[in-house]
This record gives sequence, structure tokens and C-alpha cells, in this order.
Amino acid sequence: MTSRAASAPHTGNAFFLGMRMFVPVAISIVAYGLVWGVLAGQAGLSAWEVLVMSGLVFAGASQFVALESWIPGDLPVLSIVITTAIVNLRMLLMTATLRPLTTHLPRWKALASVYLVADENWAMTMGEVAKGRGTVGFLVGSGVCSWIAWVGSTLVGRLLGSVIEDPTKYGLDFAFTATFIALLLGMWKGRGDLVPWIVAALVAIVSVRLIPGNWYIIIGGLAGSLAGAMADTMRRREEATDVA
Amino acid sequence: MSLEALVTILGMAAVTFAIRAGGLLLADRLPRTGFVASWMKHLPGAVLASLVAPAVANGGPAEAIAAAATLGLYVATRNLFVAMVGGVLAVYVARLLLGG
Repeated sequence: MTSRAASAPHTGNAFFLGMRMFVPVAISIVAYGLVWGVLAGQAGLSAWEVLVMSGLVFAGASQFVALESWIPGDLPVLSIVITTAIVNLRMLLMTATLRPLTTHLPRWKALASVYLVADENWAMTMGEVAKGRGTVGFLVGSGVCSWIAWVGSTLVGRLLGSVIEDPTKYGLDFAFTATFIALLLGMWKGRGDLVPWIVAALVAIVSVRLIPGNWYIIIGGLAGSLAGAMADTMRRREEATDVA
Repeated sequence: MSLEALVTILGMAAVTFAIRAGGLLLADRLPRTGFVASWMKHLPGAVLASLVAPAVANGGPAEAIAAAATLGLYVATRNLFVAMVGGVLAVYVARLLLGG
């Protein structure tokens, strides 16, 4: 038994191990997906649009942000696509760290496997890598589990949400703001987040009054993240001089 | 499905896949630390903050109370669903009481 456990796991076994280990996380994704589905219905997305978006985009935070600008009949296509790119740009760093796992694969297989990369299954796979047993099989297994949870729950949420007729009557219009507040707090990693969040908030509040449309989201997001990066850089310099 | 919705969704899917593929293909050339890496890590939080702030700042007292309730509930429970439902209930009650 010890010799088998020590040897590299077979790809198929790693796939099912990834799926199984991901189940507890998938349950929280289902809760999050139900919320998104209900909000998507409020924003005017049809059940088909929910299915296609969740299946092809498969990136929760950016899908939440897209709903904020979703005006059926007058969709700001360019601003939604740019905002999606900005919110998802962090994935560039995530899939870069997965490169060593895919070097033995043909390029198309490597590209197909990163299609399933999302925050949660990436983090779990990197945790396995740290223990010396992360594989592409594990990544894809946990990714498939995550994809099924996300696509299924967003569709169910959309279908359940259509029962509610007048959202503002029950305060459901506030569900967007409440969800964004909770999502934002969930991203808190420490005091380093204070500067980017405050700068983003202030710049957004000012630009929403000066610039029409939803560009304030992009402007505030860029200003805040750049301020955060500057603060990080200054802190690193101080630490470097302290050591010296 | 409307054409504009399809175009928007395909656009979102294309940029997102390009980013996922880009990280894998450009892995050796991307900065792991430093200014650019730090900037990319701060993007999602900053975008969410710029979404939330005007909604709270331009809302009435009922929205401010509900935002505070959402914050408190999330910090206490760490549960997105509980925080959202609590926030919606809080805005409903606050609007009834304040007549908003």
C-alpha cells in the first residue's frame, strides 16, 4: 500500500479524487450560483442566456459584475466585455502557475484543461501541488465538479427567480448591493486591501456623477488597483531598506 | 436569445478564455511578484468596491442601514447567502419604517 501511495497517481484516479475532494466547495458554489441566477432573472436574462453565459464564461465574479450593466435592448456590449476582462485578468497569474503541470500534454489538451480554471479549484489544486501530488487530472476533476455546480445552480436560480414578479416591492432590488458587499468582504486578505478599496470607492462615487453610463466601474477599479499596487511597492521598498 | 445578448456573452467568453490561455502560454514571461502582479491581484476587489460605493452613497437611509446589516451579517457568518437575504430583509423593513 505504501508503495502505491508513494507513486504518482494515475490520471483517471486523480480526476475522481479531484471531483470528490471538491464536493464541499461545490456546495457553497451552489448557494452563490442560486443567488446569481435569481439576480440574472431580475436583470432580464433568459434561462437560455443564463445557461450559455455560465457554461462558456464560467467566471462568477465577472458574471455578477456584468449583471449590473445588463439592460436588455440597449446592452453596453463593449463596456461589459472590457469589465469582464478587467475582473478576470487575475486568472493570467493563476494559469501561469499551472504551466509545470501541463508540460507533458499536447497543447490543445493543456488549453482545454485551463478552460476549467476558477478561483476555488485552482486554489485546491495548488494546495495539492504544495503536498507534491497536484496533477492535471486533479485540476480537471475538480474543475468539472465546479462547472456542473455553477451551471446547474445558476439555471435553477433563474427558473426559481421567475416566480417573483415585482422585485422592488420586497426589497429584492437591494440583493445586488448586498451580494456585492458580501463578495467584496470575502476577498479581504489583510490591511493591504484597504488602500485599493478606499481609492476605488471614492473615485467611483465621483465618476458616477461626472461620466454617463457604467464606466465608473472600470475607472474606479483601475484607479483602486493601481493605488493598491503602488502602496504594495512602497511597503516592499520600506521593508527592503529596513533590512539593509 | 437576442443577438446583442449572444454577442455580449460570446465576447465575455472570448476575453475570459484568452486570459486563461494567455497565462498558460506566457507563463515564463509573466511577473510573479512586483508592481504588475500586485496590480492584477487588486483588480477584482477594486472593481467590486467601485460597484458598491456609489450604490450605498447615492441610496437613502434605508439602503445605508441595510448595507450596514449586510456587512455585520457577513462578518458574523462568513456566508454570502445569509448576508444577502439579511440585507434584503433589512432594506424591506427599513423602507416600511422610514416610509421610503
